[in-house]
Amino acid sequence: MEYLNLGKISLLIGFILIIIGFWGILSQKNIIKIIVSFTILDTGINILIVSLGYIKGRTAPIIDASVPQLADHNVLNSIVDPVPQALVLTAIVIGFGVTALLLAYAMKLFKAKRTLEINQFNDLKW
Amino acid sequence: MIRNFLIGLVLASFVYIFYNLYVSYEPKTELTGIAAHYAEQGAKEVGAANLVTAVVVTYRGFDTMGEVTILFLTASIIGFFLKLNKKDEKKVIIHKGTSELLVTSAQLLVPIIFLFGVYVFINGHLTPGGGFQGGAIIASGIALLIMANPNKEINHHAILWIESISGIMFVIIGLLGIALAGGFLDNRFISLGTFGDLFSAGAIPLIYSFIGLKVGAEISNILNKYQKSQKES
Repeated sequence: MEYLNLGKISLLIGFILIIIGFWGILSQKNIIKIIVSFTILDTGINILIVSLGYIKGRTAPIIDASVPQLADHNVLNSIVDPVPQALVLTAIVIGFGVTALLLAYAMKLFKAKRTLEINQFNDLKW
Repeated sequence: MIRNFLIGLVLASFVYIFYNLYVSYEPKTELTGIAAHYAEQGAKEVGAANLVTAVVVTYRGFDTMGEVTILFLTASIIGFFLKLNKKDEKKVIIHKGTSELLVTSAQLLVPIIFLFGVYVFINGHLTPGGGFQGGAIIASGIALLIMANPNKEINHHAILWIESISGIMFVIIGLLGIALAGGFLDNRFISLGTFGDLFSAGAIPLIYSFIGLKVGAEISNILNKYQKSQKES
């Protein structure tokens, strides 16, 4: 079990979710299913970024009495990397914005043709 | 057939890339570079117990402003796309009625959900959570309201005012940081206080409260637009 620590497991889950997301985007015909695949892809990338900051045996970057401190709240040796977590916070918000926009487009497309099958929207096909 | 083959090819190449990354990945054993600086000096410089908040609001505060701007942009584009004309505004949403359970539990739960959202963003510098999370929780309360009564009128003007005022206050606090402390969005123009208290970490609770209100108002605005777009005959 030495090769499969928590960091590696979450890395693997992130990769699997990314591949599932790409599969959904490429193969599904229904626009709502494509949007759901986008969110799965988002989640996979977020898990991946967070797992890159993981350090074995350390705790979340929130300093309280239970976190071992060197001196004067110096926690160099007891927390995981806070930077990827902050980046993922940004990425989640952007992902929310993208999903909301996609849903608005889907709504507009449905009003135009009363269908959500992507094959019916062939106006720009050549 | 050829389509499935191409999809398989793309996915197989992704699997190949990810397999190589996975095999050659070596977990970190210690903090380096900028992360080490945040871990060593973050509590002293910023005074926030939650170092992620310290990074998001202070060290990378400009990013956060861009993020809030992107949310605003999303809300505006959705408003532009789903705009109704005067005639459609008067229509109502036709639905099969909502369940008694949902209506009653919405009355009971919505104030508690709002309170919890406010708790999450006011304690953003001490506990896991912060402005974006608190705002999303508040908006989930609005979503529950809309689900309990699809024809519920959400006060559009209140949402717009809350959003604009908190956005302007966010920028003003950032500019106060330039005038009274080290730079844009510097939180140290208010005293840092005792580490771990509710009123500590300088301006971070203020900034995160305004971000929380703004995000909550923006997401509620988006939900309101979606709700209105369902009106028919």
